[in-house]
Amino acid sequence: MASSLIIGQYVPADSVVHRLDPRTKIMMIFTFVIIVFFANNAPSYLWLTVFSLGAATLTKIKPRFLLKGLKPVWFLIVFTFLLHLFVTREGDVLTTLLGFPVYTGALIQGFQISLRFFLLILVTSLLTLTTTPIEITDAIETLLHPLKKIKFPVHELALMMSISLRFIPTLMQETEKISKAQASRGVDFKTGPLKERIQAVVPLLVPLFVSAFKRAEELAMAMEARGYRGGEGRTRLRELAIVSRDYIAFCLFFIVIAGLFVLRG
Amino acid sequence: MDISFKQVSHTYQVNSPFEYHALKSLDFDIKSGQFVAIVGHTGSGKSTLIQHLNGLLKPTSGEVVIGDYRLKADEKTANIKGLREKVGVVFQYPEHQLFEETIEKDIAFGPKNFGASDETIQARIPKILEAVNLDVALLNRSPFDLSGGQMRRVAIAGVLAMEPDVLVLDEPTAGLDPRGQQEIMDMFYKLHHEKGLTTILVTHSMEDALKYADHVIILEQGKKYLEGKPEDIFVQQARLKQVQLDVPEEIQFLMDLEKRLGMTIHYEKQSVDDLADTIKHRLGGGQ
Ligand SMILES: Nc1ncnc2c1ncn2[C@@H]1O[C@H](COP(=O)(O)OP(=O)(O)OP(=O)(O)O)[C@@H](O)[C@H]1O
Ligand SMILES: [Mg+2]
Repeated sequence: MASSLIIGQYVPADSVVHRLDPRTKIMMIFTFVIIVFFANNAPSYLWLTVFSLGAATLTKIKPRFLLKGLKPVWFLIVFTFLLHLFVTREGDVLTTLLGFPVYTGALIQGFQISLRFFLLILVTSLLTLTTTPIEITDAIETLLHPLKKIKFPVHELALMMSISLRFIPTLMQETEKISKAQASRGVDFKTGPLKERIQAVVPLLVPLFVSAFKRAEELAMAMEARGYRGGEGRTRLRELAIVSRDYIAFCLFFIVIAGLFVLRG
Repeated sequence: MDISFKQVSHTYQVNSPFEYHALKSLDFDIKSGQFVAIVGHTGSGKSTLIQHLNGLLKPTSGEVVIGDYRLKADEKTANIKGLREKVGVVFQYPEHQLFEETIEKDIAFGPKNFGASDETIQARIPKILEAVNLDVALLNRSPFDLSGGQMRRVAIAGVLAMEPDVLVLDEPTAGLDPRGQQEIMDMFYKLHHEKGLTTILVTHSMEDALKYADHVIILEQGKKYLEGKPEDIFVQQARLKQVQLDVPEEIQFLMDLEKRLGMTIHYEKQSVDDLADTIKHRLGGGQ
């Protein structure tokens, strides 16, 4: 079921990572996504792994839940590993597997690439796990603020984002509700020939679109009725503030970056 | 069909921070032909319970037996479609499930999925339209052009057209005008008797539960709190209050009557008119 995938899901908890300013988290994770590609030997990979697992531990989210939630991604990680194992031809032949020669270089490279993949997914999912969608939108709006100078509709974009994020769970609930109602009327979503299963989507999609449009209309009306108008001069309900723990996080993260460049070969 | 819940528990999102025990060791039996009301405060697990009746949900432990069908954790239920044909469910706000171009097609959708022939369906439609009080002239209109109340009737007709043996109703009249509520409930009651259905009604209206049901189950936080005949259950004001439920108006009235005038009338499902007569008789009887 959809609920087993945790990417994009927020898990409330009382941890340092949760309390960090969303801008701090976004900037750190953005940088991390880049520096992962600079790791090129065992110590540097180990260093980044220690950082990622450390950050994951700090979130106070149960490791079992994290690993289970990444289940759909495991497949991709394993696939990447196997692909490299069989395709890369570097170093000495180690053994043969299923008639294919396996090179030492392939083993190392496969391991590195899939570890990199794992770290990327783990760290980026930490962002959404510890930050509410609203915080993320607020942070993106402030981070993109300079683009206003070149007439980029930053506020409108952020508004669109927060509205979509707000309605994702609602739509998921609605999907579940309608598919249950139609299943009770004899629609079979799970078995049967492909053609029938595709046809089974119509009774699900039509009501879903109808209600989504109705909702959008109601929301627009409600916003207008309460006198909503664009970004200029609007004050905020939630003010973001960089405090000492953010500075500490930046310092620690700087040490991670420096360490990486010292360790890499 | 007889229905039986044996130590049924249901947990949503097992092994996650969002784990929620919605039903806890429920145990009860519903005899074929009974009209059962399920009441409880919001979030007490009523909708979760009824989704076990046609296999939309399975117990996470315990078992549910409906006629020849058995639902049990980690056990594949044979012929679940057959079960869904026998058990018709009218969900909360069923008008959200409408999707066809015409009302006629939408009503025919359910029976068609269960393999009823076009002639059979055509033969059923006029009777059903009459039952839910919809005009035949509407048949070729789009369901989306109707008023909310009419849409509700079309959705209900779509379930009735499957001619189920068990009818499950999740707050079927929520959000309708009082007149429409009464009409629809009376229609279900009539069908229940005419067709010998087993009816399970989830409701927030104690008056409806008292009036229509011959058995009441009260849920509280996923557990069975009380179970029995409505006339026995609904006089227990203190116990009902504990789970934020009210005594039905009729019984409240009789209680007040006893307190103020010292007149004791035993409630045994008399109609309001009969009650009025009894009171008139007693008052005019000139003690
Ligand atoms: N898919 C789900 N995942 C997690 N929890 C759920 C899910 N569906 C329902 N719940 C929880 O289970 C509990 C019981 O829900 P249910 O819908 O059965 O209540 P209900 O008695 O029908 O309430 P109402 O009278 O408001 O319709 C609620 O607390 C709800 O939050
Ligand atoms: Mg409910």
